[in-house]
Amino acid sequence: MAEITQTIVDARGWLKLQTRWSPYEIAFWVATLLPFFFLPTYLSLASQIAITALFAISVDLVLGYAGIVTLGHAMFFGLGAYASGLISAKLGWNEPISGLIFGGLVAGAVGFIVSFMIVRVQHLALLMITLGLGFLTYELANALSSITGGTDGLQGVDISPIFGTFNFDLWGYTAYAYSLIVLFIGFLISRRIVNSSFGLALRGVRENVKRMPAIGSDYRFHLQKIYTISAVMAGVAGALLTQTTETVSLDTLSFNRSADVVVMLILGGTGRLYGAILGAIIFMIARDQLSGLNPQYWYFWIGILLMVVVLTMPKGILGGLSRLIGRRDE
Amino acid sequence: MSAAQPIVLRTDALKKSFGELKVARDISIELPRGARHALIGPNGAGKTTFINLITGMLKSDSGRIELDGKDITRAPAAERVRAGLTRTFQINTLFPDLTPVEAVTLAVTERERTAGQFWTGLPSHRAAIDEAVGILEQLRLADVATRKTRTLPYGQQRLLEIALALATKPKVLLLDEPAAGVPKDESAALFSVIAALPSDISVLFIEHDMDIVFSFATRIIVLVSGGVLMEADPATVRSDPRVREVYLGHADLSGVGHG
Repeated sequence: MAEITQTIVDARGWLKLQTRWSPYEIAFWVATLLPFFFLPTYLSLASQIAITALFAISVDLVLGYAGIVTLGHAMFFGLGAYASGLISAKLGWNEPISGLIFGGLVAGAVGFIVSFMIVRVQHLALLMITLGLGFLTYELANALSSITGGTDGLQGVDISPIFGTFNFDLWGYTAYAYSLIVLFIGFLISRRIVNSSFGLALRGVRENVKRMPAIGSDYRFHLQKIYTISAVMAGVAGALLTQTTETVSLDTLSFNRSADVVVMLILGGTGRLYGAILGAIIFMIARDQLSGLNPQYWYFWIGILLMVVVLTMPKGILGGLSRLIGRRDE
Repeated sequence: MSAAQPIVLRTDALKKSFGELKVARDISIELPRGARHALIGPNGAGKTTFINLITGMLKSDSGRIELDGKDITRAPAAERVRAGLTRTFQINTLFPDLTPVEAVTLAVTERERTAGQFWTGLPSHRAAIDEAVGILEQLRLADVATRKTRTLPYGQQRLLEIALALATKPKVLLLDEPAAGVPKDESAALFSVIAALPSDISVLFIEHDMDIVFSFATRIIVLVSGGVLMEADPATVRSDPRVREVYLGHADLSGVGHG
């Protein structure tokens, strides 16, 4: 009996250890504050990175944890971007926090509807469905140019100061602070989700979808739930871009954005949240620097980087690092 | 005990064809509570197909399946599991990147319908974790509870197959060759674990090793070409000439193993 108790204590302790904050995490979030002090000229880039990282986390939830491969997630990013832009440009609703929530809700509502279709297909068919939905949304926004501004982008977005106090300044102090805080909240929510029994169930689906019904799981509900949550988060990221740049372009819905975010996840490492953030940082900085050298061919270098990472670190850069440190992976 | 026990699982004239090929011909069986029945038959006899039909992984063309007197013929697979009808797989169907304690806890939370809670940290599901550890203890897997499944020795993975099934609190447990691929000396140990399962669980197992079948089964169902050839106690099956004929050629059944 004493032995049984000991095993329970061990197992509980081990499970708790999996959810504990590590010093690396705390160090990372402290480091996100550095641009304010040392890189003030890069604050607008930093804010773009934070937004992209939030988008990448939203994709990690479905791709990295639940194993839903998607090539159309820009659809939700763009929906959030346009929804929050349109209420400002057309209805004059300029309050940022509610605009952010509105963007998330619109994307989430569409995500929920689409999820009924998503959970019915797998593999290549799944890729094609997500791809198709992405194209469809893009062309819809393109065709409705009287509302969306089409290829010219949506003009007339005007965002009030946050809490009526913090104006969006030219240097991007407010934009980065705002984006970083929203990213952090999105991260905390995601962290909570992946460390819950629901997060475990998602990993179960990813690891062996065939076994799930055999342990009595209606796993499709799990998938619909995470897909909807992810859509909300992607929508919030899109809305954040709208509000910090005060414009919306068709590019928010583009296939490139959907593909780029998957590239970021592969680079950083899937199914660990920080991989999404790291991937976004590397990708965005590489784009900024490389397109400075040659604006046309910078994907050439991304291609090389992608191949090197995939060949040498199958679990992404963060996967490779954590193996070096000997944490999580045995 | 067999005569007095109520029937938990009953199939009635279960039929299934793939085109011209009849893989289940009017299979009717009854499994009383606490049963330790074996399902035997030559390769291709339709044993696994039959389990797929009972568990809803395949839809039967006609016939009826009852669990505890309730018709579950058209119920989805997951619903049958929640009603108490659980299977294991001949080929390991596990969660390679999860640890046994995670995998079994997952099965427990699915049973208790708490797996969808995304705001409660996993460590807070204390009762579920304790139950999972208890099951792992029972199957002698406690020592490896926090190692990733894919790193476990094959024999322990076979035990984890059963642990996952037990976490669903089954009334009926269908074991599809639980000792498949396990060396002969270890398979006896594995079956002793199965024999020690609570006596209110009805077990139907597929097994090729006749020594094991005759020592653990109280009744044997012989399946040939998708149909029940006979159902009887081990002694009767052992001496039946038809069984020798179709299943084991003309070999002597006493002490025959399967290659």
